[in-house]
Amino acid sequence: MITLLCATSMSVVTPALVNQVAFLARLQLEGQALAQLATQLDGILQYVQQLQAIPTAHVQPTSHVLPLANVLRPDEPRPSLPTEVVLALAPSAKSPFVRVPKVIEA
Amino acid sequence: MAAGALASKTLHELRALLKAGTVCAGDVLEDLLARIAQQNPSLRAYLAVDEARVRRQLQAKSAAASQDPPLSGIPITVKDNICIQGEETTCASRILQGFRAPYDATAIERLRSAGALLIPRANMDEFAFGSSTENSAFGVTRNPWAPERVPGGSSGGSATAVAADLAIAALGSDTGGSIRQPAAFCGIVGMKPTYGRVSRYGLIAFASSLDQIGPLAKDVTDAAILLSVIAGHDARDSTSAPVEVPDYERQLSQRVEGLRIGLPKLSGIEGIDPDVRQALDDAVAVLEGLGLRTVPIELPHISAAVATYYIIATAEASSNLARYDGVQYGWRAVNGASAQSPLINLYLRTRTEGFGAEAKRRILLGTYVLSQGYYDAYYLQGMKVRTLIKQDFDEAFARCEVVLMPTAPTPAFRIGEKLDDPLQMYLSDIFTISANLAGVPAMSLPCGFSHRGLPIGMQVLAAPFREDLLFRVGYAYEQATDWHRRAPVSSATSSYE
Repeated sequence: MITLLCATSMSVVTPALVNQVAFLARLQLEGQALAQLATQLDGILQYVQQLQAIPTAHVQPTSHVLPLANVLRPDEPRPSLPTEVVLALAPSAKSPFVRVPKVIEA
Repeated sequence: MAAGALASKTLHELRALLKAGTVCAGDVLEDLLARIAQQNPSLRAYLAVDEARVRRQLQAKSAAASQDPPLSGIPITVKDNICIQGEETTCASRILQGFRAPYDATAIERLRSAGALLIPRANMDEFAFGSSTENSAFGVTRNPWAPERVPGGSSGGSATAVAADLAIAALGSDTGGSIRQPAAFCGIVGMKPTYGRVSRYGLIAFASSLDQIGPLAKDVTDAAILLSVIAGHDARDSTSAPVEVPDYERQLSQRVEGLRIGLPKLSGIEGIDPDVRQALDDAVAVLEGLGLRTVPIELPHISAAVATYYIIATAEASSNLARYDGVQYGWRAVNGASAQSPLINLYLRTRTEGFGAEAKRRILLGTYVLSQGYYDAYYLQGMKVRTLIKQDFDEAFARCEVVLMPTAPTPAFRIGEKLDDPLQMYLSDIFTISANLAGVPAMSLPCGFSHRGLPIGMQVLAAPFREDLLFRVGYAYEQATDWHRRAPVSSATSSYE
């Protein structure tokens, strides 16, 4: 077993909260899987709580390590993948569209 | 020549044999394909190898091969998350089953123009989520040194293939150690280049600010050759660095005397296997014997690396994986009755049935840390600690040229051992993760064996864009040791060099 210095707090992740987050992520969870995930996510989130103890008041966040910003290219049209090649990848298509279930009721 | 004799060669040995005309590319390919056909059913390094499609590259090649490109006729194995035009590319996930990439990744394009023959598809953890290759939706890869153990992950298929001579060399990807940790577990060389060194165009995204493509190889020379080919600026990846790429191979034998090796204290990290500690101590003695000097360094925030990583990487993953919805490409679930609208229901069913357990866990964790009310406490704080980790390395590299630490705290663990405890699995990445957070290059190379005969890897890190230092130090170490020449028993007669 590997252990690290770890701050602990009380359980924050309930099955109801997991369900709510799952819907945001367009996932469906039920029964045993839901209960197990709630327990596992709670353990992981308690583990990452240790970051709260690190002073960062004057630290800038890093979203990206390279000193690159606003990488631009000339705004010129270039060839793209042919429509038929892209549509051939779709599970259901009627050229030039991909087909999805009806979203607006008549 | 005995069966497997060519498959067991290094890339640079084969290059010399091909150049001298002693063997032809067809002999090499057939020897390799025969070995794959024989060993892959038990090792499962590859998800599939389409022999006919692989052979067709050779025929197309002989028609056009008048010049002498650097990898002419050399087979290179490719992880299943790097796009090859016309080839199935699934990330070992059901949700991409049947997806044939409509274009080549830049790294693939460069391999092709260097004359390489591409051998897809090496197994991996689904979407590179894992450290054992057990999260593949299509089967577990076995460690060729001990078949009841994992090969590491997520590039476990690439690592097993190289170690068991089912590949000459391979491409993998590394987001938190996915090249280096399997390289250590399988007794081969694996390198994660500086962030921005290799184009990510055509690498299916996991965590875009951490992902890098890199080589897995039988020795340092092969890794250097492969990186020279795939590295370099690419306008199609806006995070690709406009930095010159040196000829790493030519620099390999440059002097290493006087270089300083930083040895971090690693305070706050327990659970390092005594065999790993011993192997590292022995490696330090070898390097000192080669004239390198050791200096103690501090990496005070390294013990926070796993926590930082599992916020940042999952946040990026949850957003990158939002694109798999069963609409434009990939797999689509059969729609059924639901309380939701038919389109929402299509998303729910496709994603629920298409993603495996670890992918769901990471998507949920990432969605949670990015959601309203938690963003500052988790994601923003994670990005700030990332700054501190990066600063630790900046300060370290002001005092030394390379940093040395274990690649993994233990040798390969048993299949199933950590599967039900995701946090223990994540903690096996403790030494590799900080290189991705800081963006620095890092390489794992074989440095010994445990008392059970399992390979141990050491990790060398350098400042951004100083891969040349990793190769030089690694090459010097290889000249003084023979760990990299050892091969698992199941392997073909090993005759490197």
